[in-house]
Amino acid sequence: MPPVSRSPSRSNVASRPDLPGSKGIRLASLCLTLLAVGILLAACAPNAPQDVLDPKGPYAEKADRLWDLTFGTAVVVFFIVEGLLVAALFLFRQKGGKPGNPVQVHHNTKLEIGWTMVPVIILAALAVPSTAAIFEFAAEPENALEVEVTGKQWWWQYRYTESGVMAANELYIPVGRPIRLVLRSEDVIHSFWVPKLGGKQDVVPGHTNLLNIQASVPGEYFGQCAEYCGLSHANMRLRVFAVPPDEFEFWLESQKQNAQPPPGGLTADGQRLFLEGACAGCHAIGGTAAQGQVGPNLTHFASRTTFAGAMFENNTENLRAWLRDAPDMKPGAKMPSGTKELGLSDNDIDALIAYLESLK
Amino acid sequence: MAIAAQVMKRGALRRPTATRGLMSWFTTVDHKRIGILYGTTAFMFFLLGGIEALVIRVQLARPNGEFVSADLYNQLFTTHGVTMIFLVVMPFGAAFFNYFIPLMIGARDVAFPRLNAFSYWIFLFGGLFIYSSWFLGGAPDSGWFNYAPLSTDPRFATELFTDTGRVAAQHRVDFYLLGLQILGIASMMSAANFIVTILNMRAPGMTLLRLPVFIWMTLVVSFLLLFAMPVIAVALFQGMFDSLFGANFFNVAGGGDPLLWQHMFWIFGHPEVYILILPAMGIVSEVLPVFSRKPLFGYAAIVFSGIAIGFMGWGVWAHHMFAAGLGPVANAAFGISTMFIAVPTGVKIFNWLATLWQGSIRFATPLLFSIGFVSMFIIGGLSGVTHAIVVHDYQQTDTYYIVAHFHYVLFGGAIFGLFSGVYYWYPKIYGRLMNEGMGKLHFWLMFIGFNLAFGPFHILGLQGMPRRTYQFYPGYGFDFWNMVSTVGAFTIAVSTAVFMVNFARSKKNGKKAGADPWDARTLEWTMPSPPPDYNFLEIPRVHHRDDFWHRKYSEDQKGRPVPVPVGGAETPTEAEGKTAHELGIHMPDPSYWPLVAAIGLPLMAYGVMYKMWWLLGAGAVILVMGLYGWVLEPASEEEH
Repeated sequence: MPPVSRSPSRSNVASRPDLPGSKGIRLASLCLTLLAVGILLAACAPNAPQDVLDPKGPYAEKADRLWDLTFGTAVVVFFIVEGLLVAALFLFRQKGGKPGNPVQVHHNTKLEIGWTMVPVIILAALAVPSTAAIFEFAAEPENALEVEVTGKQWWWQYRYTESGVMAANELYIPVGRPIRLVLRSEDVIHSFWVPKLGGKQDVVPGHTNLLNIQASVPGEYFGQCAEYCGLSHANMRLRVFAVPPDEFEFWLESQKQNAQPPPGGLTADGQRLFLEGACAGCHAIGGTAAQGQVGPNLTHFASRTTFAGAMFENNTENLRAWLRDAPDMKPGAKMPSGTKELGLSDNDIDALIAYLESLK
Repeated sequence: MAIAAQVMKRGALRRPTATRGLMSWFTTVDHKRIGILYGTTAFMFFLLGGIEALVIRVQLARPNGEFVSADLYNQLFTTHGVTMIFLVVMPFGAAFFNYFIPLMIGARDVAFPRLNAFSYWIFLFGGLFIYSSWFLGGAPDSGWFNYAPLSTDPRFATELFTDTGRVAAQHRVDFYLLGLQILGIASMMSAANFIVTILNMRAPGMTLLRLPVFIWMTLVVSFLLLFAMPVIAVALFQGMFDSLFGANFFNVAGGGDPLLWQHMFWIFGHPEVYILILPAMGIVSEVLPVFSRKPLFGYAAIVFSGIAIGFMGWGVWAHHMFAAGLGPVANAAFGISTMFIAVPTGVKIFNWLATLWQGSIRFATPLLFSIGFVSMFIIGGLSGVTHAIVVHDYQQTDTYYIVAHFHYVLFGGAIFGLFSGVYYWYPKIYGRLMNEGMGKLHFWLMFIGFNLAFGPFHILGLQGMPRRTYQFYPGYGFDFWNMVSTVGAFTIAVSTAVFMVNFARSKKNGKKAGADPWDARTLEWTMPSPPPDYNFLEIPRVHHRDDFWHRKYSEDQKGRPVPVPVGGAETPTEAEGKTAHELGIHMPDPSYWPLVAAIGLPLMAYGVMYKMWWLLGAGAVILVMGLYGWVLEPASEEEH
């Protein structure tokens, strides 16, 4: 919960009858101050895992520094201009309800040139670092780790270019190393966004877009699709796990392995169901006959903390509900409803869960 | 032969003559009545778009909202945007253009009165066509900028999961593609009409640099419409061919490119933003001088900055696409152009402040709304500058921060400006003043509600809440400010109810306004309120900018106004109560044909959409026959 800003005291806005405009002016300035204070407070909001103002990597930090500069300038301009407005309303209000006869001033060339040129200078000053940053962000970083990202309705597929490791929704990256994301889409336009690690980049069918992100601190970073992409756009989430380089190498090695064959029992039943049923048509599991490319690669499904576009925590209860009726859990989900479309029994689902949970 | 000639001369329908009664509203060509039709219709759509907004805010009041489904939510945010932009702010501006262009330039009507009526009926039918989607399988659900290929490729049509299986929703986006096409025709025609009117029908002495700023802004808007509408028309046709006939303009598999839509849309879409805001800027430029008893400061600078905005507005479209992958050079160029479009806007704001400065400010409701406009537009303008920091826009774009920005510009800006116009000109239109107490209540409720509703969006966006999400999850820090926003939205709803009561009651009970209740400056205040059909008994001769003020006041040596004894509005004379005809003033007669011809367009659109070719043909026949009837009818009923 972000801090709540409240007006100091409502009684401040009581008006004096002889000042027709003063009540309004005070209310207006109160509202405006409240708004500005609110924005400032939001800058230090805790528990906002997608907080743009809490950067955790060089790209996000660079953008944030430019934001601080621009926002700071904007706040100064805001108080000067709104201050002048409030001052004008207060100073030049009609007194005693009688219209005055003010001097009929039409223009003032010097003043007008002044207030044209000052903004030009301020904006030009902002434009220099801003423009430089555009090119810095676009440059290919040295020693970058390349990951191919494919946006699909409504989940993310990752392929580590060098190792060929496949992952879904949860992206592991080494801390301190720039990540070069190669973005493609197979259906509609999406937008890849992890606010604390960098800005967003649209994922456009027919185009290959590039985005650099980098984390300076280990941690779990939240993100989600930012370009409206249909029914479950809100449920196209992602996580980035930034881990120390050696831990990342360990993770990558483990992901290169094929799935362990099931020990037997329910798990083996689950595998049989998976391979013989509809599942294998869409999903791939390394080391088995399942090589479907439509849905996420499930070789290491159990090592993921979430599933279904990072919408649900990966636990037995959620998995059961998902296998029973995915479209009911996630609007528009392409995965067939286990009960309504595939005719899975409760036992089938238990077996599938056992198998999936064995895919460490 | 004689009969044929008679038919040719008379037309198929008698030319209607009634100027009173319900039926006369369907045949009117009077710019004032068409203005009222535009305003009323726009306000009806404002209520519909507002109800959509309230449903959205109820859904988003709490995390994981279940008030509406994802499917319904996506239709709601799309129609809310389409409604507010195309069916509210644009026609609301057109209402004032219609009513006040002739009155402010000293003319008896617009250049093409029947074309004007035709524009209105097409607008109305276009709006109804789009809204008919709610009853025909669902409303458009791809957002107001309708990005391809989600919008145009039937493979990506929303798939609904029903008891009988998966069903793809049909034609939702076609209502958008065809509906906006219809609305665009109306906008193009009224733009041409207003340009011709302003350039050719000014009273003697009303030189271009004596035009009221509102008229100047109308002229700029009309040119923007004239050039922007064809671009969106082409894009809409392309979308329609992709959607209905399997063309490949935006389909990658067929060699098309989704970014083509974005370029086309925003080359239209950015001038569109100025189409929405410039009328309100014009209104504010009329209201501030009247209520501070000073001429507009820096008239020339305001006019030329308006024109500059009109030109520069064509050079910033790709700032809507910074994250689309256009590359650093394009992003740098559009980032810089976007920064500098803030300059002419800033010039306007400083000139408005200088207009108030050292004035004698009267806090009447029209002024309050204009002040609301200026103060909120400053915020919207400043947040706009932050978008121009391209690498930070990579963070901002498609979040609620953007939603905050354009609501500050289009609601805090355009809507406040338009309400200012309503309160300012109501006494001219209806002959009575609106109640000041209720007006002020409306203003303060709306001002507070507006800031509660949209201020938090800045924070939510920076906290990482993307737009167009039917739910937000708990634990993201979004809960509090979303609730605040919902409270604000309902406060706006209450304020609108206050406005409606005030509007309706003041028509009967309001204080009689007389010709010039505000001691105003421009020509529309010289005539009785409401104005007679013919507007001016005699076409005025204009000697000054703010001519009416100069008839009322001269200046002493210090430049202070001194009343002129004989100045003032036209006093009621023997002309009062007489019709234009009785006074020997020629006014255009009403006509059925604009309405008849306009009916053809939505029929054609349904015909194309459902591939019912007979309906397309029937619509085309009605349209063409309507235009023939129009061309062939006599100039007035007596002339047959």
